Amino acid sequence: MNWTLNNLDLIREYTLNHVQLAIVPIVLSFVLALPLGWLANRTRWSRVVVITTGSVLYTIPSLPLFVILPTILPTRVLDETNLVVALTIYGVAIMTRSAADALAAVEPTTVDAASAIGFSAAGRFFRVELPLAGPVLLAGIRVVSVSTIALVSVGVIIGSENLGFLFADGKRRGLLEQVVVGILISLLLALVFDLLIVALGKLLMPWTRGDRTFSRRGAALVEPDPAGPIAGDGPSLESSALEPAPTQGRAR
Amino acid sequence: MLSTSRLSRLGVAALGIGLATTLAACGSSDPTAAGDSSEGGGGETVVVGSFAFPESEILGEIYAQALEANGVDVETRFNIGPRQQTIPALQDGSINLMPEYNGNLLAYYDPEYTERTTADVDAALVDAVAADNLEILDSAEAEDKDAYVVTRATADAAGLTSIGDLAGFTPFTLGANPQMAELGYGIPGLESFYGVNVADVTFLPIEDFGGPDTVKALVDDTVQVADIFTTSPAIRSEDLVVLEDPENMISSQNVIPLIAKSAVTDQIRETLNSISAELTTDDLIALRERVEGDEKASASTAATDWLEDKGLL
Amino acid sequence: MGPFLSALRWITDGANWQAGSRSPLPIQDRLVEHLTYTAIAVVIAALIALPLGFLIGHTGKGRQFVIGFTGAMRAVPTLGLLFFLLMVFGYFLSFDTAPIVGATISFVVLAIPSMLAGAYSGLESVDRQTIDAARANGMTEWQILCRVEIPLGLPLIIGGVRASVLQVIATVTIASYAGLGGLGRIITSGIGFADYDLILGGALLVTALALAVDAVFAVLQRLTATRGLTDGTQGPRRSIRPRSGAGSSTTPATSGGTARTPPRASIDA
Repeated sequence: MNWTLNNLDLIREYTLNHVQLAIVPIVLSFVLALPLGWLANRTRWSRVVVITTGSVLYTIPSLPLFVILPTILPTRVLDETNLVVALTIYGVAIMTRSAADALAAVEPTTVDAASAIGFSAAGRFFRVELPLAGPVLLAGIRVVSVSTIALVSVGVIIGSENLGFLFADGKRRGLLEQVVVGILISLLLALVFDLLIVALGKLLMPWTRGDRTFSRRGAALVEPDPAGPIAGDGPSLESSALEPAPTQGRAR
Repeated sequence: MLSTSRLSRLGVAALGIGLATTLAACGSSDPTAAGDSSEGGGGETVVVGSFAFPESEILGEIYAQALEANGVDVETRFNIGPRQQTIPALQDGSINLMPEYNGNLLAYYDPEYTERTTADVDAALVDAVAADNLEILDSAEAEDKDAYVVTRATADAAGLTSIGDLAGFTPFTLGANPQMAELGYGIPGLESFYGVNVADVTFLPIEDFGGPDTVKALVDDTVQVADIFTTSPAIRSEDLVVLEDPENMISSQNVIPLIAKSAVTDQIRETLNSISAELTTDDLIALRERVEGDEKASASTAATDWLEDKGLL
Repeated sequence: MGPFLSALRWITDGANWQAGSRSPLPIQDRLVEHLTYTAIAVVIAALIALPLGFLIGHTGKGRQFVIGFTGAMRAVPTLGLLFFLLMVFGYFLSFDTAPIVGATISFVVLAIPSMLAGAYSGLESVDRQTIDAARANGMTEWQILCRVEIPLGLPLIIGGVRASVLQVIATVTIASYAGLGGLGRIITSGIGFADYDLILGGALLVTALALAVDAVFAVLQRLTATRGLTDGTQGPRRSIRPRSGAGSSTTPATSGGTARTPPRASIDA
């Protein structure tokens, strides 16, 4: 406990930096994945391209990506922007699959009904499809959130000053307490982010509050997580991006 | 049209996310953005870097705190990695001051270097680093060298006292940071300076620069020889034997400040030189003992105490 | 493109595949190590996660608790856990064994959540009517599990394993910081030398390995898909939607359910 009490400032500084590094990728992933997910549902071919690219990007191991990015981007070697870009790439890779499936899962009947009533294409997207796809999108962004927060710590290997430092330094100096504190705070952060996202979901989708069916469905749909981004939808026969056959209009 | 309640919900959500993202983006905009390095002559923020091992962090803290006490604007980016990451960082302006080791620094620029004494190495460095618009200041008496280390038991059993004895000790496994596979005083050096048959030397790369993993590997006999730095508290605590280097394969390794020409001022020179004047090898050992030994003091505390002790703060 | 091509050339250079080369080479040794660590972790995780997942899926009990728990497991930073375990085991295990034990446990923790989820959602995706029919036929719970639920749920179960394996492959890359081998050692040596051939080459090898394994699992999933059940109506939706409703969910044969269903054609779904 001694170490912790003596180093509260350090802990706070690294935690804050960790949070800052995690927020931008999470938000960006959501924003970027929506159009990509929509694109993936347009044609069989576009789905293949989008999903495969996402899968391949996700398989790139994080450490070399952090190191290689400064050579591709106009960033300097130690800029934390490299970290943010890499995390966004992973986040988009995960989220695009989710977004594509979420939008595909909207009942075609409902969408047709909306057109029949007179919604324009944009109106249909924002006021019918998007809200209906909400729960699955939420599940996807929760996965992105957890994974991003965990990945930020790997950035310490390129000198990023975040909670990962607590693990690395703790190990270098044989200070177990420091490592434990690092892990606990990471877990705490992941939990807080998750609660915030769920709260945001309830705020934006009031129709899901208290609705057992919906929340169960939401929960069930979260489990596509066995689906990471690649296996993408582990739970579905639709299998991998490496297979060309899309199946649409399929509720998960 | 959107109902009022829905509008307000969306509004709140958008505001919240927007706020969070902006704060994050602003906050994470690179704090180490040292000014445009084309502005010669200093006056810009000094960003102090360090290697990814405690001793370097301590030295970085010493530099940073002393400079700050003398009115210089200082930021720190410690634990960056090996020279292969710190030199590019100096080159692109991410950092502009590093606590370096003269011999290894020269080796980075000139792998075939022949200078061995402190004076010779320092002299050769001036030109070597100038190509990158860097400057070296005074070197300290304090030295921290790579060393080939074995356990007392191994030394006694095989009669090892100097590196040359390793020639008769093969086959063995060497544990060291990855760079040792190619450094002039690493595996190639074993062969060229001491005639060790390196084909019989198995190399186990360990990422912690003579830190706890390397020590453990040596003590557990996973490796029989390890590269552990001479100021390591483990040498005393584990009763390890540092093999002698009569051929001077490993040159002087004095602590020396390496600074960007664009960032240096006379004030900075004076401050850093006064640190070099006071820093001894025993100081390094004691500092490391405080940070890595039982006390587990933070690098920053150990640095502050040392500076106060020497009247530099 | 330049560095990329250079890395490709490095990978295909025979000199880097010579047995007996100095670490981090030869490539094949690192590949084998990488696969070995992955395999060990996946097998152990499967031994824990699959039975547990089947139990939850079959009895429907403990679901909420397990979901919460695995959510927390996913949130554990693997690097942190790895270092923690290394330090703890380092006190009483030798340098040779501590990393293997610590790393294996970390990778198992990483692998369990996805496998668990795949297992119980696989079981939950089986039509309740089918299970009821099996029960009505006098099958014991155990028989139902082994002869009905698992075979029908296989694609999702395999999907869960697949996701786990991929995550582990990607994460084993950091095992070199624990003193282990694997393709990560090529990458970290590359970082140590600022040698982009090594860094990129190692990264490409890991990526290629992951994609190859993914393809194998994809085939497995296809193969285990039970004929007569469509892709179009598989999924947890079955256990939630009222059976008397849109009805189509129970007519596998007629919904023309092959993977080639064009988008939006199944208005009846």
